[in-house]
Amino acid sequence: MDLLSESLPLVLQGLANTLLLGVVSFVLGSVLGALIALARVSTVRVLRGMAIAYVSVFRGTPLLIQILLIYFGLPQVGIQLDPISSAILALTLFAAAYLSENFRGGILGVDIGQWEAANSMGMPYWRTFRRIVFPQAIRIATPAVGSRFIALMKDTSLASVVTVVELTRVAESIGSSTFRYMEAFFLIGTVYWLINTLLSIGQSVLERRMGRAYAT
Amino acid sequence: MSSPLQVHGIRKRLGRTQVLAGVDLTVERGEVVVIMGSSGSGKTTLLRCMNLLETPDEGRVSICGYTVDCHGRSRGRQHRRGVQRARQRTGMVFQQFNLFPHLTALGNVIEGACHARNLPREQATRLGERLLDRVGLADKRDEHPARLSGGQKQRVAIARALAMEPEIVLFDEPTSALDPELHNEVLGVIRELAADGMTMVIVTHETQFAHDVADRIVFMDGGVIVEQSAPETFFTQPTHARARSFLRLVEHQVVAPLPRAPHPAELHQPERA
Repeated sequence: MDLLSESLPLVLQGLANTLLLGVVSFVLGSVLGALIALARVSTVRVLRGMAIAYVSVFRGTPLLIQILLIYFGLPQVGIQLDPISSAILALTLFAAAYLSENFRGGILGVDIGQWEAANSMGMPYWRTFRRIVFPQAIRIATPAVGSRFIALMKDTSLASVVTVVELTRVAESIGSSTFRYMEAFFLIGTVYWLINTLLSIGQSVLERRMGRAYAT
Repeated sequence: MSSPLQVHGIRKRLGRTQVLAGVDLTVERGEVVVIMGSSGSGKTTLLRCMNLLETPDEGRVSICGYTVDCHGRSRGRQHRRGVQRARQRTGMVFQQFNLFPHLTALGNVIEGACHARNLPREQATRLGERLLDRVGLADKRDEHPARLSGGQKQRVAIARALAMEPEIVLFDEPTSALDPELHNEVLGVIRELAADGMTMVIVTHETQFAHDVADRIVFMDGGVIVEQSAPETFFTQPTHARARSFLRLVEHQVVAPLPRAPHPAELHQPERA
C-alpha cells in the first residue's frame, strides 16, 4: 500500500497519458475509419481500391513497427514528431484500419430492403445513408467497436517504447527504482483492467439504449 | 392528362435468366391493375422496373412524367434526379414491409414526406396522423415497428407510401409475408384505396381480392404478358392454357368456400375398422 501512496503522482500522470492516447486515437481513428468504410462500400472503384490497400497495410503490420517507424523513421525525411504525437498518430492510423472494417460490417448488416424503401421514396443517397442506414449500422457495429476501443486502450502500452510516460512506462520505472516489479506490474495491470471495465459498462449501457426501439 | 405509368418493350436479364422478355403495359389514371402469374414469371421484376428499382436492359419506362429509354449503360446525375422526382410521386409497398426499425410508426410515415418531398415537419406530421388514422393505427403512432404485428406493419407501410401523396402506388405481394388471418386487415385497406380511385398496380396471389378489386388482370408467364382482361373474363373464361392451369392451382384454395376444418379432437380419434 505504501508503494501505491508513494508512486501515486506518477501513476496518475501515467493514467492521464494512457487515457489521452487511447481516447484521442479512438476518436480520430473512428472519423478516419468511417471515411475508409464509406470509400470501401462506394461505387467508385478507385476509392474502393484505396480503402482496401489502406486496411491491408495498417492491419497487416505490427503496431509496434508503425510506432517505431513514425518516431524514429520519419525524422530521416525531415518530419520530427514528439513522442506523444507520434504515438497518437500511429494508434490512430492503426485503429482506423480495424474500425473501418467494424463500420463496414455494420453498413452491410443493414437489410438491403432499407435502402430500397428509401430509394422508392426518392430519397437521395446521402440522406438515405445518414437518416436510414447509419443509425442502424452503428447499432450493429457497437459490440465490435467497443471491443476495438478496449483493445486500443491496451495497445497504448506500446507507446512506452518511444518514451511516452504512460502506465506501462510508469510500472517499469516504479519497478526499477524500488525493485518491487511484482507489485508495480500488478498495480498497473489493475489500473488497465479498471479502465476497460468502465468501458465495458459504457458499451452495455449504449447497447441497451440503442436497442430500446427494437424491444418487443 | 397522360397515363401515370407506361412501360414499353422492357427486357431484363438477371444472371442467365431472361426475366422480362419484352413487356408493354399502360396504366390509366384511377385504374387498378392486378398482376398475377406463377413464381418466376417476372411479375415482381416488372413491378420493380416500374419505379426503376431495377433498371431494364432495354425498353422505355414512363412514370409520373419522367421517361427513360434504357439501353444498359449507366447514367449521370440528371437521370438520378429524374428518377428521384418520379419516385417522390410514387408509392411502393414491399412484401417484407421494409419499415425503418429505428423510427416510430409516425416517423416511418412522415420520413419520405419530410426528407424526400421536403414538406415542413408540421405539415408532414398532420398528414402522417391523418394517414395512420386512415389505416386504423392512430393509437400506434409512437410505437416502433418491433412492437407491431405483421398486419399492422404492412398498414404502416401503406400509410408511408400514401404520405408521398402518390399518383400511383405499387404493391409487391403485400400479404405474402403475413399469416393468413392477417391478410384481410391489409387487403381491406387496399380495397378502400381502390374505392377512393387510387391508381394502383398490385402483384398478388389473392384471387378473391384480385377478382373484387381489379379493373384489369394482367397474367404473366415466362417474362411476357400472355393474357390481360377484365376480372370477370379472366376468372371465368381464361384463354391461355397457362392461365387456365394457374387458376386451377390457386382457385380451389381461395375462391371456392373452404371445407370445414376438422375439430382437433376428431383428428385424434383412434381409427376403428
